[in-house]
Amino acid sequence: MISSAFCRLLPVGLLALGSIFLLPACSDNQAETAQVLPYIGERDVRPRPDGGPADTIFASIPSFTLTNQDGQTITNQTFAGKVYVADFFFATCPSICPKMQGEMLRVYEKFKANPQVLFLSHTIDPAHDSIPVLRDYAQRLGIENASRWHFATAPHDTIFALAPRYMTAAQKDSEVPGGYAHSGAFALIDSERHIRGVYDGTEKEQIDKLIQDLPVLLREEAEKQKKAQ
Amino acid sequence: MKSPARPAQLLRLVAALALTGSIVGCFSNRQNEGARLYESHCSSCHGTQGEGLKRLIPPLAGADYLLKNRAALACLVRKGQKGQIIVNGVDYNQVMPPADSHLTDSQITNILNFVQTSWGNAGEVFTIREVSEQLRGCGGSDGR
Repeated sequence: MISSAFCRLLPVGLLALGSIFLLPACSDNQAETAQVLPYIGERDVRPRPDGGPADTIFASIPSFTLTNQDGQTITNQTFAGKVYVADFFFATCPSICPKMQGEMLRVYEKFKANPQVLFLSHTIDPAHDSIPVLRDYAQRLGIENASRWHFATAPHDTIFALAPRYMTAAQKDSEVPGGYAHSGAFALIDSERHIRGVYDGTEKEQIDKLIQDLPVLLREEAEKQKKAQ
Repeated sequence: MKSPARPAQLLRLVAALALTGSIVGCFSNRQNEGARLYESHCSSCHGTQGEGLKRLIPPLAGADYLLKNRAALACLVRKGQKGQIIVNGVDYNQVMPPADSHLTDSQITNILNFVQTSWGNAGEVFTIREVSEQLRGCGGSDGR
């Protein structure tokens, strides 16, 4: 009896196992044709006092004040009306940063002709990464000035409070090379400070996806502007 | 009711497949150790094709540094590197972390030989003895 049940269940099990491997391949295709990017992060539903349909409040980037590699103060206003890609790194990071910044550079190269797209890299080691260090790092990467790609610093606590709002985990950790543990997430932010995509900056395939998603968001922004006029 | 021989046959097939897989694994593991270690320890910075990154991270593909500093390469991998270095006429100034201490002399040999023979590089390969000797010079040999 047991063996006959085994016989009957085995093909089912194998099929299920097979589909685990097959299904992601199918869903990838669907993702590529996405026409509207999702809103990422926790959302809040607020009932309206007049009893109308409740408002959905999406997670958004808080107000910030940072200093970039040219010594200029930058705030949310610097990114107003544009979309931007944000990440967290540090100049002496020996582990994932070079790969991340290499991938960020690939996105930058693709969109450098479009002034609607900006880039923001925050240092998580502000004690070491002074403005001259950030400028040297940026220039070594081939970024001559901060007109499109900001390498930014701020007091330690400011940076570490911002990181989770961009879906990046960052913390001091003497166990890892370089002294900081952090995830290599890139966050795509729309003109209303909402997160519209999070990508692993160490995975080429995910950054390919970001490169595909950016024009989708830019189309949405263009339509929004047309409506507002 | 079906014959009970069927699941047994299937099991045997699965076992045989698993065994074949692990035997193949045994051979290829050791053979490609340099490539695998390069991938896990070096490629994040130096790139999967040894291309480096702009003026931040020096390339390994076609790097004159490998020829000019052959005798110092094992210790460079073991101890890391700090301060300015010139590779193909370009100055670089990043910190390279030391190799994890659990890398044996033979693993460092395999990494170096992967670099010496990849991406068009045709550097002279290292013997384990040569690498151990270099590593003894910087107190970094584990004799394995």
